[in-house]
Amino acid sequence: MMSVIILLLLSSISVAALFLAGFLWSVKSGQYDDADSPPVRILFDPSSKTADNILDHE
Amino acid sequence: MNENVSLADSPSQPPDMGHKSLQVEQFSYDNKSVQLFAFATIFWSVIGMLAGLLAAVELYYPGANLNLPATTFGRVRPVHTNAVIFAFVGNGIFMGVYYSLQRLCKARMFSDKLSRIHFWGWQTIIVVGAVSLLAGYTSGKEYAELEWPVDIAITFIWVIFGINIFGTILKRRESHLYVAIWFYIATWVTVAMLHIVNSFERPFSWFKSYSWYAGVQDALVQWWYGHNAVAFFLTTPYLGLMYYFLPKAANRPVYSYRLSIIHFWSLIFIYIWAGPHHLLYTALPDWAQSLGVVFSVMLIAPSWGGMLNGLFTLRGAWDKVREDPILKFMVVAVTCYGMATLEGPMLSLKSVNAISHFTDWTIAHVHIGALGWNGFLTFGVLYWILPRIYNTPLYSKKLAGTHFWFGTIGIVLYAVPLYWAGFTQSMMWKSFTEEGQLKYQFLETVTQIIPLYITRSIGGTLYLSGVLIMVYNLYKTVKAGHLVKDEATSAYPLPKAITTHGKEHWHRWIERRPVQMLVLSLVAVAIGGILEMVPTFLIKSNIPTIAAVKPYTPLELQGRDIYIREGCYNCHSQMIRPFRDEVARYGDYSKAGEFVYDHPFQWGSKRTGPDLAREGGKYPDSWHYNHMMDPRIMSPGSIMPNYPWLLSNEIDTASTAAKIRAMQSLGVPYRSGYDALANTDLQTQARGIREQLAKDKIKTAPNAEILAVIAYLQRLGTDIKSVKP
Repeated sequence: MMSVIILLLLSSISVAALFLAGFLWSVKSGQYDDADSPPVRILFDPSSKTADNILDHE
Repeated sequence: MNENVSLADSPSQPPDMGHKSLQVEQFSYDNKSVQLFAFATIFWSVIGMLAGLLAAVELYYPGANLNLPATTFGRVRPVHTNAVIFAFVGNGIFMGVYYSLQRLCKARMFSDKLSRIHFWGWQTIIVVGAVSLLAGYTSGKEYAELEWPVDIAITFIWVIFGINIFGTILKRRESHLYVAIWFYIATWVTVAMLHIVNSFERPFSWFKSYSWYAGVQDALVQWWYGHNAVAFFLTTPYLGLMYYFLPKAANRPVYSYRLSIIHFWSLIFIYIWAGPHHLLYTALPDWAQSLGVVFSVMLIAPSWGGMLNGLFTLRGAWDKVREDPILKFMVVAVTCYGMATLEGPMLSLKSVNAISHFTDWTIAHVHIGALGWNGFLTFGVLYWILPRIYNTPLYSKKLAGTHFWFGTIGIVLYAVPLYWAGFTQSMMWKSFTEEGQLKYQFLETVTQIIPLYITRSIGGTLYLSGVLIMVYNLYKTVKAGHLVKDEATSAYPLPKAITTHGKEHWHRWIERRPVQMLVLSLVAVAIGGILEMVPTFLIKSNIPTIAAVKPYTPLELQGRDIYIREGCYNCHSQMIRPFRDEVARYGDYSKAGEFVYDHPFQWGSKRTGPDLAREGGKYPDSWHYNHMMDPRIMSPGSIMPNYPWLLSNEIDTASTAAKIRAMQSLGVPYRSGYDALANTDLQTQARGIREQLAKDKIKTAPNAEILAVIAYLQRLGTDIKSVKP
């Protein structure tokens, strides 16, 4: 009756496995070795000197 | 953060100081794609909300459909939900991803051509989808209503989008993948899987199909999809956008990068199991329901991890929020996300769900998410992006502030009445007199909440007015500026090899080989195709567990397809939960075995009208005839629209044989060769109903659609009644 659960488990687990592989890769390749500079780095765009204070909220 | 400011003046340092040979590369960001998706987001927000407003008005003024099939609630509501989710939020996702991914990867999008195919392909899908829904072509599964040719087109365009984002990630000049990118990847992968699995269907004509699954199985797959559409289309991509645009708008780093990593991975692992909470107390096996509840309750932790991370990013910067409408939008968005994700686990508790399910409470809940979280974050991002890619200040900060207040008051006026309506109606449904009789007729519980429906539509109107103010504001902004189509920039390339980890990793290898990556992507997609084979093996198991349950007759089958075409499931459930009031009102509770021939299932999720699971035999044929012509003849005060066209339209008998064959291939036990005889049976049964109607002095055409609808409604739930002593 509920054999569709097999299909859902199969697809859910394969996606979870994909995510697990992604997680292991990210840890192994040192993606998370530095948790301090990435959040700061995104704030600096060398190119966008334009219209940075579009609301002039100084 | 002062020590980092100097970085802003020059391109960031070469990633590896040992590689003196690395040269700064000059390249540009593609802002044209961002602009196209931004305009589409704005356009579809107005269309989607207009459709929602029409649907809202029809709930207290059914005549607003002008007696036209295409503008009737059952067809407008799917247009509204699809337009808001896939057109408005969909384009919002693409706008945000195309803007932020390029900057996070320090690379132009992988292919301009793919970007353009993606854009125009998606808009075509939206237009074809909307037109087909209005024309009555629907699969009958909520949030997955689009028919099979559109489903295939969606898969194709989604793969294009995937190649474009993975291609960009592979040619990136920044080795670190910022947390937003992880959210984008999870979105792409999971949506692809959900869409493919839920869209297995058996076409029987160029634009119509039957769901591959039946009954309980169909319900489980559908809500596994439905809930994860919320998770991976409305949540994860928007969390990605939050992690990029909120820190940018506040000009501060995210509160805790570590928390963002933890809540990302836990969120995606837990979300996928929560679907069954949409089916509590239904015919779904108990253990599956409990599993859904447990995971739903667990979800609160990663969800609130995300919300708190967003809000704490503004620590020490709340003075900016007072001044800056963009931050205001984002703060309310994140707060609404927090409210909705607190409410979600709560609604998943069986005792709460017993009250909330099938009422407007659910509608209020999803609109906190849609109007607050998705809507407000999109507006914040639009106000942030458009002035930047047009290199001009925003036309009016004041108007953006006005928009904010229109929107905020709109959300409150929308949601509060619906919470009130949902609770009131549920309490009335469950009320008994001292003699043990149901205290209220169903219709009384509807007329009671009509003032709240009116207030809700006022809230919606305010919200939409705010959006129109935004359209004007952004139009003036765009007029004053000039689109920087290709934004020149520069960055150091990635070093050829990362020295820190000794051995070269396979991923390094693949990163430099886009063609191989494409092949791998296709393999990933092919897995979807392999999965497609699985259901064929499952069909044999669709053996009825209740011997009395028989397949629909050809006339009933045609009637059921009309029921689906008119979107009756948007207001009528076919699922009696085992509660005293439901059994007293509608009859014996629903059993799993009753739905084995239902391709697709029609359990519904909302009772704007009464449940129909045991409608058969409750009223004479003539009652249904008159009720369809004008519901107010039989039930004064009803808010159901008129269906006069069912009286004049002819049944599409040319399709009967193909429909029977399609059902046979799905395992429905019509005897072989029955497809050729089906129309004879159809005519005989239709003649019987005509004669019944004639006794009540009602004349009908021999092939009128109403005959099929009556046949279907009179069949509902009767199989199991007949086995009862």
